[in-house]
Amino acid sequence: MVEVIKTGLFDTIQDLGRLGFQEFGVPMSGVMDRYCATLANSILGNSSDAAVLETVVMGPHLKFGSETLICVSGAEMNVTLNGKALKTNAVYQVNTGDTLKFGKLSKGCRSYLGVLGGFQTEVHMGSRSMYKGITTNYKLSKGDVLPIVDHLDNKLVSKRHESALFSAVKRDDNHFEAHELEVFKGPEFEKLAKWQQEQLLSAVFTLSKDSNRMAYQCDQTLDNALEGVITSLVLPGTVQLTPSGKLIVLMRDCQITGGYPRVLQLTNTAINRISQKNSGSAIAFKCVK
Amino acid sequence: MDFELTYRGFSEHSILVEWPQEINEFILEDVLFYKHAILDLSIKSIVQINNAYNSILVIYELTIDNLNDEYLNLKSIYLNRNKFKKTKVKVFRIPVCYDEEFGLDLKAISEEKKVSVSEIISRHSKPMYTVYFIGFLPGFLYLGGLDEALHFPRKVSPRFQIKKGAVAIGGAQTGIYPNDSPGGWNIIGNSPVDLFLKKNKQPCFARSGDTIQFIPISRTEYDSIVLQIEQGIYTIESEVIDG
Repeated sequence: MVEVIKTGLFDTIQDLGRLGFQEFGVPMSGVMDRYCATLANSILGNSSDAAVLETVVMGPHLKFGSETLICVSGAEMNVTLNGKALKTNAVYQVNTGDTLKFGKLSKGCRSYLGVLGGFQTEVHMGSRSMYKGITTNYKLSKGDVLPIVDHLDNKLVSKRHESALFSAVKRDDNHFEAHELEVFKGPEFEKLAKWQQEQLLSAVFTLSKDSNRMAYQCDQTLDNALEGVITSLVLPGTVQLTPSGKLIVLMRDCQITGGYPRVLQLTNTAINRISQKNSGSAIAFKCVK
Repeated sequence: MDFELTYRGFSEHSILVEWPQEINEFILEDVLFYKHAILDLSIKSIVQINNAYNSILVIYELTIDNLNDEYLNLKSIYLNRNKFKKTKVKVFRIPVCYDEEFGLDLKAISEEKKVSVSEIISRHSKPMYTVYFIGFLPGFLYLGGLDEALHFPRKVSPRFQIKKGAVAIGGAQTGIYPNDSPGGWNIIGNSPVDLFLKKNKQPCFARSGDTIQFIPISRTEYDSIVLQIEQGIYTIESEVIDG
């Protein structure tokens, strides 16, 4: 098990999310940045739907109550194990009593901690992803004890640890640097005037402070004369234009339906990339089709 | 009748199908015929289908290789859908206490609309409401069929916290808050029943296409239902009507 000694800004357990309950209004949830979370799992040799700990901007301090292998991927948060600096995207063995601390953020926004076999926290509706009203807690608190696979197969550990096959993964640095996000035109894009379409696809926007797992907002406003639409379907990555001209980029915890015009849809890669942007970061939308 | 539908790629792995931009029960019926026709085929690559008033979103497990082929598949399913087998309609009777204690905005609506409180209650509890879909929050039913005399604009500044079970009116819509949440609708009563129980295999008793009726109850009956729910002996009254 792993004990939370000190919480970060907003720590949650996430996997690839919930499918099959949207008809009852349950969001999909799941890791914000699938690319980095999957990287941590694949380096450990876990399946890609193994649950990881997601942390944003400021991470937690954790104490291990059992032996395991770990891998940190995503944002650079100067992670230390018993005071010794760790690299991201590498496998480390931890022992009972070891302390893992997330430090100062130096790149990206969200960091992922994977453990061998994945976190074994409660499953609700086919997923361990934390969400208010679905899981007992919607974020981690001080003193929480997170179950992991305690009885390790030693052969497997040494095999995984030494295996160059799993650990030689090269990260695409563009993932953090690129400010251009690839998008498709949304269902209501054509309703915008030509000049509005051009503005949307050429302007640089900055991300506002009001950004969370549900949605990102942009600071700038567009001149908007579009009326609301009959409440329709949305997905993570849907970009809505509100009556006040604000752009809202829906993220993994978003609702199933929305009534604002859907002007753009982020590609899967773009959703992962925007998850690593902080408030104030500049972004631009580039149409791929 | 066949509607003129439009198909478009929504994301790499989803297709949006849209009906004419209107809210009515014929469209909802066709939306559900189509949705179930696709679901009945248990197509492996399709992991989820969501519906709203006049659209469905077909979500695939993986990136769609060839959109046009997929449109063709979906279109042939539409043409072959069974639109005559009227599915049985379930009616759920939801108890609502319209007491002053719960109906925080009853007075304001009554004064503004010049309709007595008892008239509001009788007009609100008369219709058979259609569940169009569930969204906004887990277990939040989008209901159609609110009496026009009760249409009332949303509050200018939303309440910070609305009590679980609050029955409310927002514009032309009425609904029940499944949990404590912020919200801008006008509150006229409270229902003691749970709209979302995460432990249940079907977490919300109602589904898109079902019907709801509100049954006015007294404060005493309200308390008695709360007790029955606590003891696990309460079931929502329901009836299946053959269409």
